[in-house]
Amino acid sequence: MDQHWETIDGNEAAARIAYALSEVISIYPITPASQMAEHCDDWAAAGKPNLWGQVPDVVEMQSEGGAAGAMHGALQKGALASTFTASQGLLLMIPNMFKMAGELTPAVIHVAARALATHALSIFGDHSDVMHARATGFAMLSAGSVQEAHDFALVAHAATLRSRVPFLHFFDGFRTSHEINKIAILSKDDLRALVHEEDVLAHRNRQLSPEAPVVRGTAQNPDVYFQAREAANLYHLAVPGIVQTVFDELAARTGRQYHLVDYIGAPDAERVIVVMGSAAGAVEETVNALVAKGEKVGMLVIRLFNPFPSAELIAALPKTVKSIAVLDRTKEPGAVGEPLYLELVTALSEAMDSDDAPFAAIPRIIGGRYGLASKEMTPSMVKPVYDELASAKPKRHFTLGIYDDVTFLSLPIDRGFTYERPAGEVQALFFGLGSDGTVGANKSSVKIIGEGTDLYAQGYFEYDSKKSGSITTSHLRFGPKQIKSTYLVEAADFVACHQFGLIGNKRLLELAKPGATLLLNAPYGPDEVWDQLPASVQRVIVDKGIDLWVIDAFAVATEVGMGNRINTVMQPCFFSLSGVLPADEAIARIKDSVKKTYAKRGDAVVQRNYAAIDASLARMTHVTPGKVKDAEALASLIPATAPEFVRDVTARLIAGDGDLIPVSAMPVDGTFPTATTRFEKRAIAPSIPVWDASICIDCGKCAMVCPHASIRMKVYPDGAAVDGLPSKEFKSRDLPNHLITIQVAPDDCTGCGVCVDVCPAKSKTDIGHKAINMGNYLDHRDVERERWDKFLDVAPLARDAIAVDTVKGAARLEPLFEFSGACAGCGETPYLRLVTQLFGDRMVVANATGCSSIYGANLPTTPWATNAAGEGPAWANSLFEDNAEFGLGMRLALDKQHELAASLVGQLAHEIGESLAMDIVSADQSTESGIEAQRGRVANLRAKLAKLDSEDARSLTSLSGDLVRKGVWIIGGDGWAYDIGFGGLDQVLSSGRNVNILVLDTEVYSNTGGQASKSTPRGAVAKFAAAGKATGKKDLGAIARSYGNVFVAQISMGANDAQTIKALLEADAWPGPSLIIAYSTCIAHGIDMSKSMSHQKDAVKSGYWPLYRYSPVVTDDDGMPFRLDSSKPSIPIKEFVASETRFAILERTNPDKAAELAELMQADADEKWRYYEQLAGIHRNVPHLHARDGEPIEAGESVTGGEA
Amino acid sequence: MSADLRTRYLGLDLRSPIVASSTPWTGDPAVVKRLEEAGAGAVVLPSLFEEEILNEELELNRSLEQGNEQFGEALSYFPQIEGYKGSGDRYLANLEKTRKAVAIPVIASLNATTQGGWVRYARLMQDSGADALELNLYHVVADPSMSGTDREARDLELIAAVHAAVTVPLAVKLSPYYSALANFAAGAVKAGADGLVLFNRFYQPDLDLESLDVVNKVSLSTPAELRLPMRWIAILRPQLGAGVGLAATSGIHTSVDVAKALLVGADVAMTASAVLQHGVGRIKSLADGLAAWMEEHEYESVDQLRGSASASNVADPSLFERANYMAALRSFSTPADLQR
Repeated sequence: MDQHWETIDGNEAAARIAYALSEVISIYPITPASQMAEHCDDWAAAGKPNLWGQVPDVVEMQSEGGAAGAMHGALQKGALASTFTASQGLLLMIPNMFKMAGELTPAVIHVAARALATHALSIFGDHSDVMHARATGFAMLSAGSVQEAHDFALVAHAATLRSRVPFLHFFDGFRTSHEINKIAILSKDDLRALVHEEDVLAHRNRQLSPEAPVVRGTAQNPDVYFQAREAANLYHLAVPGIVQTVFDELAARTGRQYHLVDYIGAPDAERVIVVMGSAAGAVEETVNALVAKGEKVGMLVIRLFNPFPSAELIAALPKTVKSIAVLDRTKEPGAVGEPLYLELVTALSEAMDSDDAPFAAIPRIIGGRYGLASKEMTPSMVKPVYDELASAKPKRHFTLGIYDDVTFLSLPIDRGFTYERPAGEVQALFFGLGSDGTVGANKSSVKIIGEGTDLYAQGYFEYDSKKSGSITTSHLRFGPKQIKSTYLVEAADFVACHQFGLIGNKRLLELAKPGATLLLNAPYGPDEVWDQLPASVQRVIVDKGIDLWVIDAFAVATEVGMGNRINTVMQPCFFSLSGVLPADEAIARIKDSVKKTYAKRGDAVVQRNYAAIDASLARMTHVTPGKVKDAEALASLIPATAPEFVRDVTARLIAGDGDLIPVSAMPVDGTFPTATTRFEKRAIAPSIPVWDASICIDCGKCAMVCPHASIRMKVYPDGAAVDGLPSKEFKSRDLPNHLITIQVAPDDCTGCGVCVDVCPAKSKTDIGHKAINMGNYLDHRDVERERWDKFLDVAPLARDAIAVDTVKGAARLEPLFEFSGACAGCGETPYLRLVTQLFGDRMVVANATGCSSIYGANLPTTPWATNAAGEGPAWANSLFEDNAEFGLGMRLALDKQHELAASLVGQLAHEIGESLAMDIVSADQSTESGIEAQRGRVANLRAKLAKLDSEDARSLTSLSGDLVRKGVWIIGGDGWAYDIGFGGLDQVLSSGRNVNILVLDTEVYSNTGGQASKSTPRGAVAKFAAAGKATGKKDLGAIARSYGNVFVAQISMGANDAQTIKALLEADAWPGPSLIIAYSTCIAHGIDMSKSMSHQKDAVKSGYWPLYRYSPVVTDDDGMPFRLDSSKPSIPIKEFVASETRFAILERTNPDKAAELAELMQADADEKWRYYEQLAGIHRNVPHLHARDGEPIEAGESVTGGEA
Repeated sequence: MSADLRTRYLGLDLRSPIVASSTPWTGDPAVVKRLEEAGAGAVVLPSLFEEEILNEELELNRSLEQGNEQFGEALSYFPQIEGYKGSGDRYLANLEKTRKAVAIPVIASLNATTQGGWVRYARLMQDSGADALELNLYHVVADPSMSGTDREARDLELIAAVHAAVTVPLAVKLSPYYSALANFAAGAVKAGADGLVLFNRFYQPDLDLESLDVVNKVSLSTPAELRLPMRWIAILRPQLGAGVGLAATSGIHTSVDVAKALLVGADVAMTASAVLQHGVGRIKSLADGLAAWMEEHEYESVDQLRGSASASNVADPSLFERANYMAALRSFSTPADLQR
């Protein structure tokens, strides 16, 4: 059998089959399944045909629910349809899945199985999602490796057509979906052989057609529904047989034989593990190791989970089996056991109860949970399961890979047990930064080895939870045997440290085998590098006999014009040191790979990479270890003053020891303290802003635009001057005799440079020098650290002494959103920071899933912070699709609590004092001073209540906080607001309730990697719109304005910061719903993020993004509800779009379409501007309002008029 | 009988000596078509810049790779797209389109400062239908370690390299800032130039006084700027002989300017600013005006007119060569309100 081998990941392996065998593919992004959809969209955009020569229609929908609905419709019309999803996305498909299965419609959903959001969201892999699709009637086929994801994708498509039962084909998220492995690729002939033409035609012939009309989806009554539900039984019963037939046909063509249940191990095994998915790899290695030692153990791999192959399972078990452990990668709280366990117990019990009992005595069955959210599953975790099975009284239920000191379910990890690696195999680890190209180079290396040699190769990549300055770890294995190790490298033969700053990373040398090779990128020569290593690193190098090589890769990369991309400098060194290929051949292949990757973007990049490759090896030198220094004292990362939880738990998460944290240390309900990013000093900026007080004009713009709240402004009385903290006179008539200081937090800055870009103050003698300039981090670190500490100690002015409606004023309010892990230069975070400056001490946040929920609350730390009084935003994320409703619920509760509190104040009036009671309920809280005064009253109230002993008093105490005005902020991106959450958003807008909705509009699904949303503008290229988006952007503001009682604003901080502040203040003040659409620059725009704010300016200047505020109640004399806040466009749209890759790319791929869309874009902008100009001229006529003398209307009251 | 406007430039037969010089407009095949209809003898396309090719490739790559492989949920931010058309490819596609749209000669233009891989674009331009190439030598020699001799040697190498890459005629567009232009011009012809275009106008940087930023602004030429090319064409025409094409550019605004350029020896007069200022119709008025002038002055053809007032034919050739600014200054009268 001639095999064609490629080295690809699980997502691509499955997507290739799905694409080839589909006519309609409805898609929606969700990690870790998005890449399957992206591949299909890319292939369709490139005109790649499916098996029948047609280009499938790949259509993005507004949600997974929509994707399943569209798929259902396509199937009913007789098309072959597929989709891809994971996690809660699959849950959204479930209603349609019942329908598809109920109607016996052949279909395949490919799932990169992922944890469900419960106490927390997790993007990582387990079976929680697919286990919730059990009841739908879909057949469920489980692939445990990249090869299986490829093979089973075909089996699923073939079997669904033969059986008419739809299939859910799943494999483990990340572990399989993102693992790169060398696999044998199925040919078109294989596909043609297994997918029978008659089945395709039969499916097509069942289609809805007016020529032979039928009706489906009837409503049935008690008389027949039940019988009709049973009528399909034979089809489901036939599925196992059909799947096995397809497996056998596949084996005949490829030699790869699978069974519904595969047994591996000793034929006379007494202890057997039953497992499904990628963990089978780790279990198989353990079994092989134990069997080699003569132990009677074995394992069963379940391939078809539903319909559950009971008979095959019983038949596959050795007759000698005495005890069985069933491993489930999911958790169902309250259940007797997890699904696979229950199925097995039932199957065995039924078998034993039959006339032909398979075993003399029923084997003991225990069940365990493992691997939730990609928790590692290694042989050292599997081995204790066999030990447990051997014990006299094994735990009936257990967990693996964690330490459960609460319910004591966990089995210990046997760290002494190691699986002996096959001879000739090499394991390699690479530590790098996301920005240096390490992962890209390693992906290329895996492919080079996999496709250029006879060796097998595997690559798996770990990313941390930050979007800027993230550390990546690449795990590579290659060797003469197929690699089934479905876990991270535990003992590396080769370790590369691509950033000198990472050499202290604990895992780096911990995971190095004795005698391993260490390749270090260092800015030091071979003679000086040893002395620059920390003593602890020197010690390990000497003790483990590590072979140290060093190269100054940054110097090489800079010389050839590659900037910080050191990937192609480091790559030849890896090949040379690992000896996997002769140097010449390796270099030729690396160059070939570079050409493949970059040639389509032009020769310049290829040539620079070639130059880097050519310069590489000559610059690598061997280092002989010198004397080991005295051990330096380890500085504690976390100050002793930090809260206990931060010291005990957060600190360990930051240190990378999260796996070691016991169950008892974790919050039971997913509740975490805020204000923790301040303890995570990441020091990731190569250069930081440095203030020159002599030039500063006090404008506050730097602090206003900082996406990370790491450059701040404070104004304080000149008497409070601090020695060593630079300051200058604050120029303000209202605040004479005050000083101003602008200060950077050097270890929290990402070095994005946005502050320098916006700084308008230039030196009179050197216009290149501004009041803020980037300076080398190491040169300024120590002095700025000292200054930052002093700066924090300077008491800020009282909030009510600050004109918060000005840029200068707002910029010096304390940010309660700080140091997030968002991308450097993020366009969203400045808005969030500003909102917390204005309202942070009295806001609750409902945050849609997306970038803002990730940089907002991805462990280990959260940027949502607190002030000195401990007040700050309270934040929660529910889901992606329900965020508006979630926030509305908060408002409903808040209003009810306020109502109850006010009523209790009345009831207790004479105990707490009539005048205090009156003042509290009638307080004017429209200003900062009004709110401050109310806080004073509430404090007074609490003091009085403390002395009362009554139910009412206790109740009022618990509600007293709600007497101070609170704002509900509903925050999310355009994917939420325009697409998946639009229905709810629309409902909330129509509710009339007092909520503030902030849409951080990046015009794409940023968090999942830039897929188009309905906010994506015409002419932009995005994922899922690879051919350029042909339709225009939805005008969300117009929809909201149509209600008449919604405050609507379109803002852009970079274009007009004062308007941004005004809009936020007006939204907060408006007692009904407010919608603020904030233009947010994003790396998915393909711009230089240091110029983030300049791009915003151009967007407004060109009329691409007009600024406006629509106020439902007109309080000024001119009676115009719609205020157009930006000037008439002064540059053409084409000038704006030419500067952004998302638009410019289309000119490079499809110039004709680009030209056509460019014209339409200009027309869109012209049209919108004309329309807005007209709106701005419309007087509002609301007689009943005028009758009330311009008083704001009540929440919920409808107002007509406006633009309608 | 109207005057015969036909001319020959770079070995190409043109119906008129008025050539639409390189402007953003000539990058649009539809406009080129209108220029042809207005009577242009030939058209020079906008320049393909060496730096543009390089920068675009690097910038595109940078922006497509930005943020890649840093975060598990977003391993990239753009779709995988095969076959980007860089500025070079787009130029060639446009050239091909233009070539198909018109019958007049289409001259492609390459702007380069170094001899690089992009020289292959010269060949590709030829393959895409360019009737001739214009090599635009455009540089500011700001490196104090580079001598004029070195710079000129490199330019000549560049001309030779491009010449070697193509078989269609090659014109070289020069700046006036060579210390010994006549010598360099002869060298350029020796290196393979079939003609010279005199002169390139540099876009000089300006300052925006509000932002204090350095800005590049395009300023259109004035008729006075024709004097410099006129002088050099008058000098070079007899030196280089009739076989070498000479084009006058900079300051061709009226038909009289065209006549002057031809008189001193230019084969063609190229106009950019006048067309940008007055529209495509300017070509027709220049041609009509030239014909009228020729008739009025009883010239039968451009052939007859061309070079009749070059340095070899005027009574006092030294007038073209002497730096006669003294006389020029004396003849300049200061406006009365500025006189002290």
